[in-house]
Amino acid sequence: MRTCLPILLLLATVVLVQQLTQWTGTPFYLTQLTMAGYYSLLIIGLCLVMGYAGQISLGHAGFFAIGGYLSAMLTTRNLLAYQDHQLVALADRLGLLMGRHDFFGNEILALHPWPAALVAITTAIVVSFLIGVPVLKLKGHYLAMATLGFGIIIYRLVLGTPIFGEADGISEVPGFPLLAGLSVSGDFGSRVSNYYIAWGMVIIAMLLLLNLINSRVGRALRAIHGAEDAANAMGVDTARYKLRTFILSAVMAALAGVFLTHYSAGIGPSEAGVMQSVRYVAIVAVGGMANLWGALIMGVVLNFMSLRGMFGSYDDAVFGAILIAMMLFAPQGLLRLALLARIKNLLTGKKDGAA
Amino acid sequence: MALLEINQLNRRFGGLQAISEVSFAVEPGIIKAVIGPNGAGKTTLFNLIAGSLPPSSGTIRFRNEVISGLQPFQIARRGISRTYQNIKLYPGMTALENVMIGRHIQSRTGFIAGMLHLPWTRREEAQVREHCLGLLEMLEIADLAEVEATSLAFGQQRAVELARALAMEPQLLLLDEPAAGLNIYETAEVGRLISKINSQGITVLLVEHDMSLVMDISHEIVVLSFGRKIAEDLPLQIQQNPEVIKIYLGEEEKEDAQG
Repeated sequence: MRTCLPILLLLATVVLVQQLTQWTGTPFYLTQLTMAGYYSLLIIGLCLVMGYAGQISLGHAGFFAIGGYLSAMLTTRNLLAYQDHQLVALADRLGLLMGRHDFFGNEILALHPWPAALVAITTAIVVSFLIGVPVLKLKGHYLAMATLGFGIIIYRLVLGTPIFGEADGISEVPGFPLLAGLSVSGDFGSRVSNYYIAWGMVIIAMLLLLNLINSRVGRALRAIHGAEDAANAMGVDTARYKLRTFILSAVMAALAGVFLTHYSAGIGPSEAGVMQSVRYVAIVAVGGMANLWGALIMGVVLNFMSLRGMFGSYDDAVFGAILIAMMLFAPQGLLRLALLARIKNLLTGKKDGAA
Repeated sequence: MALLEINQLNRRFGGLQAISEVSFAVEPGIIKAVIGPNGAGKTTLFNLIAGSLPPSSGTIRFRNEVISGLQPFQIARRGISRTYQNIKLYPGMTALENVMIGRHIQSRTGFIAGMLHLPWTRREEAQVREHCLGLLEMLEIADLAEVEATSLAFGQQRAVELARALAMEPQLLLLDEPAAGLNIYETAEVGRLISKINSQGITVLLVEHDMSLVMDISHEIVVLSFGRKIAEDLPLQIQQNPEVIKIYLGEEEKEDAQG
């Protein structure tokens, strides 16, 4: 009911935008819109953690990197030389390997994207659990600092490890065959289908998260955000709820990493960078913290602008500035009615009644 | 057998002995009051029972099970719910949503079922809503169901908090100064309400400053002073207990004389 109509509107908008790019002869926009869609998966997951459960994470680029890098590494690592090894032979018999030829016609035998993605997501679950158990006991800026530390560790790990390509990252990542005939890849021929794959995932994720926040679980999360001790006293296992939300958002970040990496055929260390985490937090803040729609809309708009290069070499500086401005002038987010009312009051010269 | 048994309970904050060797029991079905001058340790005692604070030593048993050392949510799940002296409602949520949190342990929709919005979770949600609306009706604040709870008047917030505590269907209800900040009529109303709740089989343990309320509704009274239990008796006996008069009522008389 209250989620159905907006979801249908989102679906209509997605279709309309695709049609518009076709009519106006600008299908190249679909590439950035697809990428922005995958980033949105991470951003709405982070919105759940920050806006609803009230926990901050400055390490979500780390989970994105776990998804992207593991998937990239496992699907590009050539196992041809180890073909006779028992494990490799077993994986081959189970159909877990995929053979192909690279640019120069060399034969490559590597893990199939499906099992690779499974490994990547499982790793994200395990890591977010191990990080979340101790770290989610912290509050406010202590939690921010701890998650920041996690983000830095992942960044330095991918930057310093040869199998993750060090400063070059990993390239020539194959497409991800989702279903028969549907593959996540950057081929120009499949630009439209990839746009719909990405946005199909966003719509499903939005539907699931909107259901969640309107359920008993969402209510408990908001209670934790509002008064954690009083939620605990009413029988809410606050530690478990915070942990599960954190893990759910880590899975969504890792999924975004997996698919975006297959889509752009590679991943580099900047995706794991701390500035990337700051950017995600800034977007959730602009979107209104406890506002999944706001986070989605701002995520798409800002990521699209950034990916189109509209902020030039000041890209990171723009997001830093957005964060400062948000905290100063509208800590509740841009897409909040209170702020709109305030602007209206300013324009009509009325005194701010809320102050 | 007693519903709640407190045995040689101690709680220190640094050098301050907030609760010192306190023992008493609460029999099922009664209203028991804990009174004492400011700083006697009444709220600390409540926090120890509800699990927000661990005791330094001593034990608390509920239905013959040791609950001291458990987390508040575990104690809530065993059937103890509470209200707070300075009201702790969840901001940004309506009165009804606040009360619905009280149904948390009576319902079971988890992350997966919640995301999928399964038919049984829809039915459960409707039942929870129904039950909580009934409670708001009983407390005569049903018309405020959709108002943000923290924007309500003080007395109404108290009622929402009480509804939230009752939504858990507790066996033991801990009320921390339910009449604080209320006028004489509202206090009398709260007294009637507590008796009504008690008559439905819920055991009540309350901390209260308002003597007329305590004497009116409670079956037994425990008196604390500087963290120690100095008396435990029926209301009439407490009123005549010389030690209680000296430390408690005597102090009030002195204040009255000054005022």
